[in-house]
Amino acid sequence: MAEDCILETRNLVKEFKGFIAVNDVSLKVRRGHIHALIGPNGAGKTTVFNLLTKFLAPTRGHIQFNGQDITPERPAQIARRGIVRSFQISAVFPHLTVLENVRIALQRKLGISFHFWRSDKTLNALDGRAMELLAQVGLESFAGMVTVELPYGRKRALEIATTLALEPELMLLDEPTQGMGHEDVGLVKDLIKKVSANRTVLMVEHNMGVVADISDTITVLARGAVLAEGPYAEVSKNPAVVEAYMGTTQA
Amino acid sequence: MNRKRVGYAFLLALMLVAPAVVYPVLVMKILCFALFACAFNLLIGYTGLLSFGHAIFLGTAGYVAGHSIKVWGFPPELGLIFAALAAAALGWVIGSLAIRRSGIYFAMITLALAQMMYFFFLQAPFTGGEDGLQDVPRGKLLGVVDLADDYNLYYFVLAIFVFAFWLIHRTIHSPFGQVLKAIRENEARAISLGYDVAKYKLLAFVLSAGLAGLAGATKTLVFRFATLTDAHWHTSGEVVLMTLLGGMGTVFGPVVGAATIITLQNELADKVGSLVTVIMGAIFVVCVLAFRRGIVGELGALYKRMTGTR
Repeated sequence: MAEDCILETRNLVKEFKGFIAVNDVSLKVRRGHIHALIGPNGAGKTTVFNLLTKFLAPTRGHIQFNGQDITPERPAQIARRGIVRSFQISAVFPHLTVLENVRIALQRKLGISFHFWRSDKTLNALDGRAMELLAQVGLESFAGMVTVELPYGRKRALEIATTLALEPELMLLDEPTQGMGHEDVGLVKDLIKKVSANRTVLMVEHNMGVVADISDTITVLARGAVLAEGPYAEVSKNPAVVEAYMGTTQA
Repeated sequence: MNRKRVGYAFLLALMLVAPAVVYPVLVMKILCFALFACAFNLLIGYTGLLSFGHAIFLGTAGYVAGHSIKVWGFPPELGLIFAALAAAALGWVIGSLAIRRSGIYFAMITLALAQMMYFFFLQAPFTGGEDGLQDVPRGKLLGVVDLADDYNLYYFVLAIFVFAFWLIHRTIHSPFGQVLKAIRENEARAISLGYDVAKYKLLAFVLSAGLAGLAGATKTLVFRFATLTDAHWHTSGEVVLMTLLGGMGTVFGPVVGAATIITLQNELADKVGSLVTVIMGAIFVVCVLAFRRGIVGELGALYKRMTGTR
């Protein structure tokens, strides 16, 4: 059943000058799942993300995407394969308009991104698709606004729209609800659930409410290593997990 | 949109009659430095790269144009194109090395490589060292128009400037320019959207170097000599000042900045001597402290506030 598994890591290790941030992590993400990566601060979650998208090079170990070894590839190549990530702090282009943000993602497929002699009016052909994407995340009425003026929750929604523009097979979301108020968390949670149809989502998330509600599988990291894996009901009862993590936040 | 067109047409008309009022060589000098600053602005204002060795492209093209026209007998138009291509090629070499690092390290690598070239020009026999490469003939444009006449040359230089300005404007407002802005705004995000940012930065660097070279080559034609000053790091600093003063990341800022600085230098040189440097320094400090967006940037913001578009 190798096809069932979209992303697999084998014995992934990342050392920083003697400090082992990620230790022997073997992860299997199943196609179509929402897979949550949780763990206390400093457990190595974001480092795992950086390794998966090659923003960091692993010290040892392998990464396979759709059965192909992608360990030696560069970050932009990984993105073109269909693994698109978000960042812990909101990843938008602040001084471009909301519409332009989405268009940047769409224009790559036109293959004219090196054409410095061409008018940017050629990009207007993408506006229809861009507006559709904005509508999906409830931002169509903000299209002409300069992004820096958007409220925080909306910026995260824009980020998701931009990511969706690439039609990624696998979305990696790094703490999508971090720093959000109660209402925004609900909004983004529903959004993730909605966009996960026909694709796979791997997310780092601290908000247990979100994790419990929408994730199919949970991997718990502690001190750079996998502590437990399984559905929420199972993992949340695991004594080792309760001790390392749940006990402190769920009490 | 239409208002903009009218504005451009008005400015062009103004430039066409300018030599009747102002000494044409001064205006040509301003145009050369304006083009140089615009090319520099393409990097710092629209890609977010601070090159601190940009004078080397100005200087190199100046020598290449001078040598090819004077010694090899190139006609002026060919000499300019050849010099701009040479600067672009040098830009490719320096750019390939420098874009591997970012921020202050990028600036330092460009400075270091530019200094190496500077000392090469100081020693190399064909540059004339500190005396410069003198007596470069202006020649005849396409074998017909005699450029020794200041007025003929003026319109040729103006045409070069308008073409280069249009090219930069187009580059900024192109699909490529959109990616450059994305890189300036958030490089990591641009990568995660699948863009090989190094390639985009390199193309921007080569374009900028080539256009800076065109400015340097034109300057050689105007003054009939190529000088070591143009390749000196002082000139690299000056172009930073021009761009900041006029308004970084605005289309017209560098032009306004270059015109201001060159005119000031020209007016003050006989009156205050070496105090010019002090005055330039003071202007720079005031600019950074009081109006960071530069002259054009601040005026633009003021206009927006007055028309009430937030």
